[in-house]
Amino acid sequence: MSTDRGTDRGQDRGAPLVELRDISIAFGGVQAVDHVTVDLYPGEVVGLLGHNGAGKSTLIKCLSGAYRMDSGEIRINGNKVEINNPRDARRHNIETIYQTLALADNLDASANLFLGREITNALGMIDEAQMEAETRRIMGRLNPNFRKFSAPVSALSGGQRQSVAIARAVYFNAKILIMDEPTAALGPQETQMVAELIDELKRQGLGIFLIDHDIHQVKQLCDRAAVMKNGQLVGIVKVDEVSEDDLLGMIIAGKRPEHLAA
Amino acid sequence: MKAATAHAPATPKKKSVLAALEIDTRLLGMIGAFVVLCLAFNFFTDGRFLTPRNIFNLTIQTVSVAIMATGMVFIIVTRHIDLSVGSLLATCSAVMAMAQTAILPDLLGVGLDSPVVAALAIVVGLVCGTAIGAFQGWLVGYLVIPAFIVTLGGLLVWRNVAWYLTSGQTIGPLNETYLLFGGINGTLGETLSWAFALVATVAALWALVASRRNKVAHEMPVKPMWAESAIGVLIAVAIFGFVALLVAYEIPSGRLERIFEARGEVLPEGYSAGYGIPFSVLALIVLAVVLTTVARKTRFGRYVFATGGNPDAAELSGINTRMLTVKVFALMGFLCALSAVVASARLTNHTNDIGTLDELRVIAAAVIGGTALSGGVGTIYGAILGALIMQSLQSGMAMVGVDAPFQNIVVGMVLVVAVLVDILYRKRTGGKA
Repeated sequence: MSTDRGTDRGQDRGAPLVELRDISIAFGGVQAVDHVTVDLYPGEVVGLLGHNGAGKSTLIKCLSGAYRMDSGEIRINGNKVEINNPRDARRHNIETIYQTLALADNLDASANLFLGREITNALGMIDEAQMEAETRRIMGRLNPNFRKFSAPVSALSGGQRQSVAIARAVYFNAKILIMDEPTAALGPQETQMVAELIDELKRQGLGIFLIDHDIHQVKQLCDRAAVMKNGQLVGIVKVDEVSEDDLLGMIIAGKRPEHLAA
Repeated sequence: MKAATAHAPATPKKKSVLAALEIDTRLLGMIGAFVVLCLAFNFFTDGRFLTPRNIFNLTIQTVSVAIMATGMVFIIVTRHIDLSVGSLLATCSAVMAMAQTAILPDLLGVGLDSPVVAALAIVVGLVCGTAIGAFQGWLVGYLVIPAFIVTLGGLLVWRNVAWYLTSGQTIGPLNETYLLFGGINGTLGETLSWAFALVATVAALWALVASRRNKVAHEMPVKPMWAESAIGVLIAVAIFGFVALLVAYEIPSGRLERIFEARGEVLPEGYSAGYGIPFSVLALIVLAVVLTTVARKTRFGRYVFATGGNPDAAELSGINTRMLTVKVFALMGFLCALSAVVASARLTNHTNDIGTLDELRVIAAAVIGGTALSGGVGTIYGAILGALIMQSLQSGMAMVGVDAPFQNIVVGMVLVVAVLVDILYRKRTGGKA
């Protein structure tokens, strides 16, 4: 692992944290992702935009280990890595927060937070008390109103569930965070909470891929936006240099804004 | 699990006694139903149902199905099913019967009743059951054939492998040592049974104290002291009460005479002895404790429940759900073999139809015991209690003199009604149906 890059912002300096190079993946006859190249720097949020079926979720699942790409390569801190399953992704400190809230509904918050990485004692037994204490500590920081520590997460609201998912990523020192429509199921207040959290994570030097439909939100939260259409990359733009209409044009017509066209 | 009180206000409501005790209300309901059932049968049999003798018999008849039901909990919790357990039991039983009668004595050059033969036969049986279970698990987990199909095939295959291995013959008599696991032929006796009760009580109380201490150490809320003590007393009473019942069933004097004769002694005048805990029941108790610990305290158990609750979430959390499937089915196979030891030892020989229809009894026991077929929910003790309820129904009706067809009709209806009640209960308590 390379040294901490502190609060470096943007793509102007340093090596990229993640490079997805020339990624392709097909399902049956459908080319879901077609030779797409995207990079991500520490302390940066890159939005992935596109219609349903544009390939943005599929592309990112190659990074999170849910799918195996057909061709292309993934580099992390400049080193080529193999990511064949979610365990590999975790080894590279890649954490994913899914649109569908990948929580086991029948288990409580701490069981979900530590799922796959339980704290065990000397006998190899799960130390529930220790896990719950850690959960209370981190939730106290992220969502102080959270109380339902012993209820199964099926009893939680969308925002509470999302905070469990985010707590999971934060607790395990994610370096690269993938968020798939993290606010889709949330109310305005909870959305604001997630937005503040993203800012905090940026300050800590994480790189974040944010998949979203909401252009307004992407303009607010992201530094750059990568737009996809029909599996191909339309372009990557700095959100400060384009209007919402420009982004909309890229999504719908698949055209780069004229003032940026080289 | 505690009932979820939404957004607990700063001043907590006065909790009911049950809430303070944190006892699973579903378990209470099942115990209540069981007690009512026993009392009803006792009334209709003029007090013959609740005698030490009948209770002793009930426990040893329950063991075989109960052992497999504990494994079925893991299978169903991961959203699978195993229809092959009865047939797998038959194959394991056949393998062990052939090993101890036809193969091992010749191979080792020892007598048919050598303890070494029994031990080796059991090891062979357990390995065989585990391997077959793992193979079926591999078909389900890695080749992604639905468990229903794999084990439906297994139901036919293993039933007839057993037939082929024994040419359809009844194999017996089985090894003397082996027969100790059948129930009445192998019991702890009075002294050791009481000793077991003492050790079990101390261990249970120690576990209670340790859990409370751990929670206090992490500054987490704990039950009031009176509730904790009440649970401790309940556990002690339950353990000693159960052992007292099993000890109260006395060995018939004729049999005692033979035992003393075998030792070259004469039965003293007025001497009597109780059977105490059968080895098979002891095995079930140990198994229940071990598997409950596995389910709650190990990663394996946690992953089983997580996979049942949300397979995608489990996979994305880096859990190897395929390997988990293999392990769960291997465990089921191991338990089928263990169950085969108990079943064939109880019958004192291997019969061609051993374990027939057990898959239905086992699944029914697990489901009556609160295991949800939609996955993610189930307890070991629930499944054992379910097996006990099924067995009580069956033998109670036989004692009352209900006609055989009606017995099965009632058992079938009870299964359906039990699941209906379970669904209604879960809806009311807001859990997953």
